[in-house]
Amino acid sequence: MTLIDLANPTKFLSLTGRILPWLAGATAILLLIGLYQAAMAPDDYQQGATVKIMFIHVPNAWLSMFVWGVMSLAALGTLVWRHPLADVAAKAAAPIGAAFTFLALVTGSLWGRPMWGTYWQWDARLTSVLILFLMYLGLIALWRAVDDPSRAARAAAILTLVGALNLPIIKFSVDWWNTLHQPASVLRMGGSTLDRAFLIPLLVMAVGFSLLFVTLHLAAMRNEILRRRVRSLQIMQASQQAA
Amino acid sequence: MALGPYASFIVTSYALVAAVVAILIAWIAIDFRRQKARLRELEASGITRRSGRSAADIR
Repeated sequence: MTLIDLANPTKFLSLTGRILPWLAGATAILLLIGLYQAAMAPDDYQQGATVKIMFIHVPNAWLSMFVWGVMSLAALGTLVWRHPLADVAAKAAAPIGAAFTFLALVTGSLWGRPMWGTYWQWDARLTSVLILFLMYLGLIALWRAVDDPSRAARAAAILTLVGALNLPIIKFSVDWWNTLHQPASVLRMGGSTLDRAFLIPLLVMAVGFSLLFVTLHLAAMRNEILRRRVRSLQIMQASQQAA
Repeated sequence: MALGPYASFIVTSYALVAAVVAILIAWIAIDFRRQKARLRELEASGITRRSGRSAADIR
């Protein structure tokens, strides 16, 4: 099966119907291993046991940006290549990305209170991630406001590409501005500064959460394809009743 | 596994992530059933797709 075959929604439904149970199983196994490793990880010499929040905060923070990246590629697919599943992918990803961003903000806040002495600070990293969350909500509202999916897709694609400008601001905010948030310690030039005792559980959790996103995204895309079939059948029904 | 003086922050974080992920999974599963049920209703009323494929074919 090639990428072109996946442009056919029926073939996409058939393929994803077969692989989704395997993906869900792999996600559950990886997350269980990651949770066990996180539970067994030693306390940090400065942060104590609160370092365990890192194992859920960081994967959610990475995914909050990754999902917008996926939506930006899908936006290009809508505007440039006019791939029939591109706007389905973009629409299905938005609520999942919003959930990951919400979790990154709240777990970060719950980590910040004992470590920084405050739940919230209007600094560059925290504020730029809050803006990302608000953009997710705006995008979901846009999809819901326009009845015709193809019309909504073009407007959403443009908004998504404009919003992608926020991604490098989030990534480099800790370098460009003075902020409470620590600088990058895993994805940085010169390699990770994290000890293996923390790095390995973190990476397992990150892969587990990424697989979770792929699983949920494919399932949500299937729902969106079915929703559009329902819509087209309802239009057919209405036109038959009018005739 | 001792979580120290900030146990409530750690437990709340993990519980919140578990709750939101559970809500996402439930929402997507319920949405799938709802869309399939709507397709079946429409097919039962005689409205079918040009391909002739039924909603029951979707796993």
